[in-house]
Amino acid sequence: MASSPSITTTVPRAAGLRDAIGHLRTARRRRLGMVLATCAVALAALGTLGLMLGDSTIAPGTALLAAFGAGDAGDLFIIQKLRLPRVVAAVLVGAMFGLAGALFQSTLRNPLASPDILGIAAGASLGAVTGLLTFGLAGIAVAVSAFGGGLAVALAIWFLAWRRGLHSIRFVLVGVGFAYLCQAFMTWLLARAEEREAASALLWTVGSVADVRGEDLGVLAVGALVLTIGVAVVARTQGPLALGDDNARALGVHVDAARVTTLLLAVGLVALATSFAGPVAFVALVAPAIARRLLSDGSPALTASTAVGALLVLAADLIGNHQVFGVAAPVGIVTGLVGAPYLLWLLATNERKERR
Amino acid sequence: MARSESTELRTTVTDERVPAADRAPAAGPTLRAEGVALGYEGRTVIDGLDLTLPAGRITAIVGPNACGKSTLLRGMARLHPLSGGKLLLGDRDVSTMSRRELARAVGMLPQSSIAPDGVRVAELVARGRYPHQGWFGRHSSDDDAVVASALAATGVADLADRPVQDLSGGQRQRVWIAMVLAQQTDVVLLDEPTTFLDVRHQLDLLDLLTSLNRERGTTVAMVLHELNLAARYADHLVVMNTGRIVAEGDPGEVLTSDVVRGAFDLESDVVPDPVSGTPMVVPRGRFHTAR
Repeated sequence: MASSPSITTTVPRAAGLRDAIGHLRTARRRRLGMVLATCAVALAALGTLGLMLGDSTIAPGTALLAAFGAGDAGDLFIIQKLRLPRVVAAVLVGAMFGLAGALFQSTLRNPLASPDILGIAAGASLGAVTGLLTFGLAGIAVAVSAFGGGLAVALAIWFLAWRRGLHSIRFVLVGVGFAYLCQAFMTWLLARAEEREAASALLWTVGSVADVRGEDLGVLAVGALVLTIGVAVVARTQGPLALGDDNARALGVHVDAARVTTLLLAVGLVALATSFAGPVAFVALVAPAIARRLLSDGSPALTASTAVGALLVLAADLIGNHQVFGVAAPVGIVTGLVGAPYLLWLLATNERKERR
Repeated sequence: MARSESTELRTTVTDERVPAADRAPAAGPTLRAEGVALGYEGRTVIDGLDLTLPAGRITAIVGPNACGKSTLLRGMARLHPLSGGKLLLGDRDVSTMSRRELARAVGMLPQSSIAPDGVRVAELVARGRYPHQGWFGRHSSDDDAVVASALAATGVADLADRPVQDLSGGQRQRVWIAMVLAQQTDVVLLDEPTTFLDVRHQLDLLDLLTSLNRERGTTVAMVLHELNLAARYADHLVVMNTGRIVAEGDPGEVLTSDVVRGAFDLESDVVPDPVSGTPMVVPRGRFHTAR
């Protein structure tokens, strides 16, 4: 990691101090660049591995060529129809959960405020399952239904938790209640469903990127792009918002508008990702925590969380798919195994934020 | 720091405030509240209050708990919506200004500020540049210069690369003030900036605000709890009770036994502060009364 120059010995001259401040800023940016570059290299490596491995192992060169459309028909089919969509889905879904988690946590100023804990992922799942089983929806309509479910839960939490301002502890506690409520409804719906339809139950309870195919992937990618552009517009407000509502207002931020917009975009990301991959457990909780630790500069770490989320889900899917630990498991089980201990650790060490 | 020297100087000067010639001229326009009403969910705290913060001067607002002094300051910084009346900055109605525009003219340090985990001093202070930056918030070397000067002015330049959570209370408060300075506003409002500080750091902080006021002509207005420090440091003292101003003006004229009794329901003697010559309130309780 780039070490930041210490300016403790070089204070007095105003120009010197200005340059020292500039160096600190550059060092911070370089560190972010380093984290993102490391993630990109790791993603490329794991992605290649994902293309190579399977019932028949394909050499890395052949696999990469096939991914770009060159090679014999057999390889092309395996790579382009089976393995590449899965790798791309894992990266997209992971990135979306990572970004959504960072947005939730920074705008609510609580490391526990992730869509898993808040029941927003469960709400999106319930929305998708209701759409599928009760109304017989398919494709993009399921995504819309998932968005509706996630948004409904978010709004319900908002109204129940709002008392002269938004208190994040109450928000989290109310959210935990909704998570259980949604899961209960979903279990009921799945239990009533025809056996054939309920086969996808696994997807909606633990999350999986195994069955995201061609046109679905297009919808996912376009949706992610649109939402990310939205995030880029509001991202600037996250720095002041992290200092408390009063400070943010004093710095000229429209706090309520910024927070509502941010939460809507984050709900959109979760709902869209969930509607294709189910509620991949704990990625939105863990990825921002890892990203913030890597940067350790007090920033909301939006881009780094996005990269870490993609990496987490891709790695977890490889581990589950290729029986690294002896058993095959959908991606959500693997991320759950990583995320649950982190949650316990977080709860055990959750220190109150210092005032001032 | 030549502390003993400055103390000596003060004992010889009866009026602590320097003559007008030694002070920078007011940097910006006056901030004025006209007939403002403020409240919380139907409960009115302040109803029809007028207050002018003299430009280029230090105003201290004092009063008993829950008298509305913090609410008033928050209202004047637009952290709290007005339910009536208006705010004027110079002759401009503040409601016609965007939040951003106001944030470039009026800075405010609220009572509770949160430093995000791991944030470094320079980065926190740099967030004060927010209202001056365009979309996507790119920092320029001009921003670096402003941040550097804010760090130097508050004496925390040495700490630029330190995590804020590792600092002492006094240092942290200076860092927050540096952030408000980086906002480069002509008016700075502070809500109980000395709370949680020991007496030495309270004085350091008030000295810092005084030098900013004198060197830059910044208008300073703050809510203070400590009456005697308020009387010593303020050019303009505002005494409040139950949402109204009961007295305001030069501390030497405003702070009398009658005013203290009226505002705080407290018997006291008011004597000249032996250090500054400003009024000093010596409260009388039920015990320990020699005469």
